[in-house]
Amino acid sequence: MTLLGYRLPGMSSLLIWGLLWEIIGQMGLTFFVPPLSEVMATLWEVIQTAAFRKALYETAYAFFAGVFFAITIGIPVGILMGKSRLLDELLLPWVNVFLSAPLTALVPVLMVLFGFGMKAIIITTTLFAIWIIILNARAGVRQINRSLVEMAHSFGASPWRAFTQIYFWAALPEILGGVRIGIIRAVKGVIIGQLLISIVGFGALFELYSANFLMAHFWAVLIVLFALAFTISEFLAYLERRVSYYAAKR
Amino acid sequence: MDMSQTKTPVQPVDAAPDSAVSTRNISKTYGAVEALRDLSLEFPRGQLTSLLGPSGCGKTTLLKIIAGLLEPTSGTVEVNGKTVTGPGPDRAFVFQDFALLPWATVLRNAAFGLEMRGVARAEREDRAAHYIKEVGLSGFENAYPHELSGGMRQRVGLARALAVDAQVLLMDEPFSAVDEQTRRKFQEDLLNLVRNENKTFIFVTHSIEEAVYVSDQIAILLPRPSRVSEIIRPTGFRGKGVDNIRRDPEYLDIVDEIWASLRSYVE
Repeated sequence: MTLLGYRLPGMSSLLIWGLLWEIIGQMGLTFFVPPLSEVMATLWEVIQTAAFRKALYETAYAFFAGVFFAITIGIPVGILMGKSRLLDELLLPWVNVFLSAPLTALVPVLMVLFGFGMKAIIITTTLFAIWIIILNARAGVRQINRSLVEMAHSFGASPWRAFTQIYFWAALPEILGGVRIGIIRAVKGVIIGQLLISIVGFGALFELYSANFLMAHFWAVLIVLFALAFTISEFLAYLERRVSYYAAKR
Repeated sequence: MDMSQTKTPVQPVDAAPDSAVSTRNISKTYGAVEALRDLSLEFPRGQLTSLLGPSGCGKTTLLKIIAGLLEPTSGTVEVNGKTVTGPGPDRAFVFQDFALLPWATVLRNAAFGLEMRGVARAEREDRAAHYIKEVGLSGFENAYPHELSGGMRQRVGLARALAVDAQVLLMDEPFSAVDEQTRRKFQEDLLNLVRNENKTFIFVTHSIEEAVYVSDQIAILLPRPSRVSEIIRPTGFRGKGVDNIRRDPEYLDIVDEIWASLRSYVE
C-alpha cells in the first residue's frame, strides 16, 4: 500500500492499532488496558525472569511434542485414507467428528485417562492438531494425477516406493497447508491443556497474572504467545509457497 | 529385419512375421459395459503397430491391458512368449499427458524408470543423459517440467521410456497433446526411432493420417464392443523418405480407405 506517494512496509497498520491502544491506556479508562508502552516495558522485564523461561520451556516442550505426534501420525494416516477406500470408510466419520467437536470438553476425560501431567497436555495438543492434518493429506492424495500413479506402477514401483516417491510429494502442498492450520490449532491446544489440566507453562503465567490483576504482565505474555504463533505460521506459509509453485502445474 | 523392409518396400511384410506381443481372445467388461470382446491381435517384432479407431473403441484399454496396468476379464497377453500378469521390464509406457513428476528435474524424470528398477544413481543418470540427448533435449537436464513446452515434456516421457531399454514401447496417443508442427516433427522422429532402435512399438492414435504415416501395421478397431475390423499394412512408401510419404498415392489411398470404413461410426 502507498500513502501520499510513500510505500508503506508490511503490517504498518499495526502502528495505528498500537497508537490507539496507547491512547486508551493513557486515558486510564480501565485497569484492564494498561498503556502499550507499559506492557512493552513489562514484557522486557518478564522475559528476563526465570519463571518466564521455565514457562517457555514447558510450553515449547508440550507444543513441539504434540505437533510432532500430530504430524508423524497424521500424514501417513491421511495418505493411507486417501489411497484405501476401506480405511477411508472406517475412519472418515471419526475424523470429521473430532475435527468439529469442541475438544475442550474432552480434556477432563483425558485427565482421567492420562493423569494430570505433561502426558495429558501433549495428547491434548496432538488432538487439537491432528484431524486437519489427516484431512488435508487425504485430500492431497485424492486429487493426485491418476497417470502419475499408473506411471510408477508401469515402471514397477513397489508400494513403498510409490508411497515415498509419488504420493507424498504430489500431496505435499496440501499436506503443508494442513500442517500450518494444525499448528495454529496446536497453540490453542497447548494453552487450553495448560489451563485445564495442570497449571504449568504459559497457562500458569496467565492464571497467576490474571488472578492478581497484573494486566500489563498478562498482556505481555499474550503478545509473546501471539508473536510465536504468528512466526511459526508465517514460516510454514513461506514453505507452502515454495512447494506450491509446481502445484498449479500438476 | 526391419532395415531390409524399409529399404526394399516391395518385399511382403506379412511373410510369417515373428510376434513380439500377442493378444489372445481378450475380453474386458466394466460391469454391464463390454469394452473389448474376444480380441486377438499379433504385433510383429521390430515394427510399429497402430491401434486406430473412433473414441470409445477401447484402444487405450487394450494398450493398458498389454502394459499390465489393467487386467482383462478373459484372455491372455503374451510378450516374447511369456504371459503377462502385470507391468514388467520388457515393456515401457509413454503417457498421453506425459505423467512427469512436477517436482523433479528433466534428468531425474528421465531416470525415474531406472530409479524404480533400483539402478544406481550414477549409472541411471548417465543413461538418462544419453537418451535426453537422443530425443534432442540436451541442455535442459536441470529444467523442471513446467518450464518446458508440451512437445518438450513428451520428449522427456519418451526419454524415460527409452532409458529402461524395454523391447516393447507402448504409446498412448503420445502426440495428441502437442501442437500440429511439433506433432509432425515427432512423427518423423518416430520413424527414425523405429528404424534405429530394435524395438516393437504399439501406438494408439485417433488420427488416420498419423497412423498411416508412422505404421508398419494398422489395426482398425470398431466400437461397442471393440473388435479388430481390419488390418492394413502400408508397405509401398516406407523407403521413400519422410518428406515424400504424404504425397505418395498409396498413402493417400489408404487414408481414404480407412476414412470410408470409419465414417459411419462417427457421431
